[in-house]
Amino acid sequence: MQLHRFHGGLKLADESDASTRDPVLVMGVPSRLIVPLGQHIGEAAEPCVAVGDSVTKGQRIGQSKGYIAAHVHAPTSGEVVEITNHAVPHPSGLNAPCIIIQSDGRDDWGETRMEPWLDWDTRDPRKLRQRIRDSGIVGLGGAAFPTAVKLNPRAGQRIHTLIVNGAECEPYISADDSLLRSAPEAVFEGIRIVAHLLGVERVLFAVEDNMPEAMRALTETLPGELRDRLQLVSVPSIYPTGGERQLIKVLTGQEVPSGGLPADIGMICNNPGTFKAVCDAVIQGRPLLSRIVTVTGPGVQHPRNVEALLGTPFADVIAATGGYAEGVDRLVMGGPMMGFAVHDDAIPVIKGTNCLLATRPQDTPAPGPLMPCIRCGECAAACPAQLLPQQLYWQARAKDFDTIQDYGLFDCIECGCCAHVCPSNIPLVQYYRYAKNEIWAREKERQKSDIARERYEFRQERIEREEREKAERMAKKKAALKKKEGSADGDGNADSDKQAAIQAALERARARKAAKAGDTTEDSKTEQPDEAAAKPDAPAERDSTDTGNR
Amino acid sequence: MRFRTESSPHMIPAHSVGGVMQQVLMALVPGTLAMAWFFGWGVLVNVVLAVLFAVAFEAAIVAARKRPVMATLGDNSAIVTGWLFALAVPPLTPIWVTLIGIAFAIIVAKHLYGGLGYNPFNPAMVGYVVVLVSFPREMALWPAPDTLSEMSLGLGQTLQTILTGSLPAAMDWDAITRATPLDAMREGLGAGRTVSEITTNPLFGTFSETSWEWIGNFFLLGGLYLLFRRIIHWHIPVAVILGVAIPAGFFWILDPDSFASPAFHVFSGAVIIGAFFIATDPVSASTTPLGRILYGAGIGVLIFVIRTWGGYPDAVAFAVLLMNMVAPTLDHLTRPRIFGRERRGPPPGDGHG
Repeated sequence: MQLHRFHGGLKLADESDASTRDPVLVMGVPSRLIVPLGQHIGEAAEPCVAVGDSVTKGQRIGQSKGYIAAHVHAPTSGEVVEITNHAVPHPSGLNAPCIIIQSDGRDDWGETRMEPWLDWDTRDPRKLRQRIRDSGIVGLGGAAFPTAVKLNPRAGQRIHTLIVNGAECEPYISADDSLLRSAPEAVFEGIRIVAHLLGVERVLFAVEDNMPEAMRALTETLPGELRDRLQLVSVPSIYPTGGERQLIKVLTGQEVPSGGLPADIGMICNNPGTFKAVCDAVIQGRPLLSRIVTVTGPGVQHPRNVEALLGTPFADVIAATGGYAEGVDRLVMGGPMMGFAVHDDAIPVIKGTNCLLATRPQDTPAPGPLMPCIRCGECAAACPAQLLPQQLYWQARAKDFDTIQDYGLFDCIECGCCAHVCPSNIPLVQYYRYAKNEIWAREKERQKSDIARERYEFRQERIEREEREKAERMAKKKAALKKKEGSADGDGNADSDKQAAIQAALERARARKAAKAGDTTEDSKTEQPDEAAAKPDAPAERDSTDTGNR
Repeated sequence: MRFRTESSPHMIPAHSVGGVMQQVLMALVPGTLAMAWFFGWGVLVNVVLAVLFAVAFEAAIVAARKRPVMATLGDNSAIVTGWLFALAVPPLTPIWVTLIGIAFAIIVAKHLYGGLGYNPFNPAMVGYVVVLVSFPREMALWPAPDTLSEMSLGLGQTLQTILTGSLPAAMDWDAITRATPLDAMREGLGAGRTVSEITTNPLFGTFSETSWEWIGNFFLLGGLYLLFRRIIHWHIPVAVILGVAIPAGFFWILDPDSFASPAFHVFSGAVIIGAFFIATDPVSASTTPLGRILYGAGIGVLIFVIRTWGGYPDAVAFAVLLMNMVAPTLDHLTRPRIFGRERRGPPPGDGHG
């Protein structure tokens, strides 16, 4: 098969061997599980259990809100002991809502388990997609995009190619590698289900050329049903080949349009772990409850892959492999290029936790002094999105947010190649994240002020209309009155009538004032309600309409 | 357990500014030694003096700007500036000329603009042009290459000449200096002689004067090393050399009597060192691939034009400074096509799609 190449990228030292020496360790059930409600791209789920409830394994405990979202399930049976904010894996280091489950050790499925569909090929694609949604499956490569959404292309989009992204291009990570070695059949079954669901013509299964064992396992177990349309492709391990856009370029030579999705060119790309999760959900009726995590780096005693329940604290996972090495001072979730350092190891494993990388100061020294950019252009040579990182850097520093978008800020995939090659130690990706967030915040602000302006204009218009109607009514009344008077008598009578009415009104007002003065002197405490009652009608009315409109 | 939280990437960085400059310095060594071989101790003395002045000025002005002195000196960029300046001036340049040139290079051209990374012009070339236009007599005193001159200066005599500005007794400038091949060509053509007449002079080798050819070869070696180590990219050097050679070749084919051959142009004077070491100064050059080609080609063409029709025998410094002015515009006009977009496609979306 003719492979293509993308611009830039880096050839990084492969460090994944250490963690694939031992088979995948299946961890037991920890006593306490911390299940974050937001483990995916999109809005966090809403808890659908209460403190004190007992839950069974696989029971839905977080209900997804909105379309781009995913359910959350109880990874084991036990009792909900707390629903609270807890430290979660997020670059901000902030706490987020979590359901904390004290496990009862029985790991009991109860009655809630979904029905296994061994006859999935007779099921309607919509039913299969619903099953995937019910199982809370998200992309397990790290980005955690809800899979049911990905597998639901827009009307008119025909998906012809399914891509299996087995290119783990970051050094150290071997979660997919070990999954492919240990359970290739389940991955293939998941591929068959998704291929059936989407009706694709071909499947391209990319595996990096530094994963020969996985390739062998796949070649040996490739089922006959897939043989005529699935192609196993060994791709060169250049970072970031595992990026969806880069992989599609390598495999097909096509570029996903800027701002678009692979579905726009008839392709869908998923991680092998995601296909295994689909297989489990459909064949076994098992929602996404666990995942393979690579525990690695010079900061741990025994690097290896672990299958851990979602919600297991990092500390438990690392302890299960043999604990930390001497002098560890950094713990990263994800790979060394795109992962983020967490401040605490009480943080739980979530759906996107593909790797825990622990390092010592000598492996990841504190960044050297920040030097000025010397415009060497190494960043531009390394950028797989063909951007000019040095220009984006200047624009981000100058807060020139229009120009920076013109230079393609939102085409940046934050792979970190530029920052790695920068001789001046500039944390370039940080600048881009800052600029993106700032632009998003401004956009939100703008939308908010648009809404406020619309409301204000609407209110102004309404008030004007009311005034106008009032004036019209008055005019009509006057005209009617005039007509009546004109027909009944001369004009003198009308005048005296009016005078009398005014006189009477004045009398009434005077009486009311006197009564109020008396009240005030008698008891100041009753002043408030009386005052309110005595207030002229018109402003009160306006107040009420105001609030009604707000 | 608590951990440090620093931003990605969590790896040891691949490069450092100091390291890059160190590679450049290493690559300058063979050419510098070749130059010293032909032109005597003066080359080395100048390099040492210029580097010392450059580092001293850098330290003083960084201290005056209240920036970390040692960290700034660690980027090695002042050494590169001093070294390149020393290679540009004649080997017996008096010390005060070097002092003035370096002062301009470091203080005016570099730090008044904000220091490393902010200077729009190549500092070494600014310093050289200042002394070239201010002290034309001193800048024209190129000694005859040692292989051709019976009277070569020892280290002591060289030092004395550079420090005092006058030659040891019983020597005079006319005896030890000689026109460079570019001077000879320029004057010869000006006097109405043909190129072939001028190059029949025994001093001329295959393309240019033997000594200059060899110096060029050794700088070329260093430049290829930088290319090999990926410190520089091919665009600028190739474009500079072709920028000189193509117009030179065109006129040479039209009239080989009045125009020197392209090989003469490339291997005379500072074209090779300019192409690999001066034009490739990242700070003041263009940064996009196409921009670098245009930038280099512009330098090459300007070198040829100024040499042929301008007032100076060599023109690398002027050409580089002129193209420095254009570099930001070139960067703006030669942005590469972004992944997933047409080259002339619609403007980018708002990023929220």
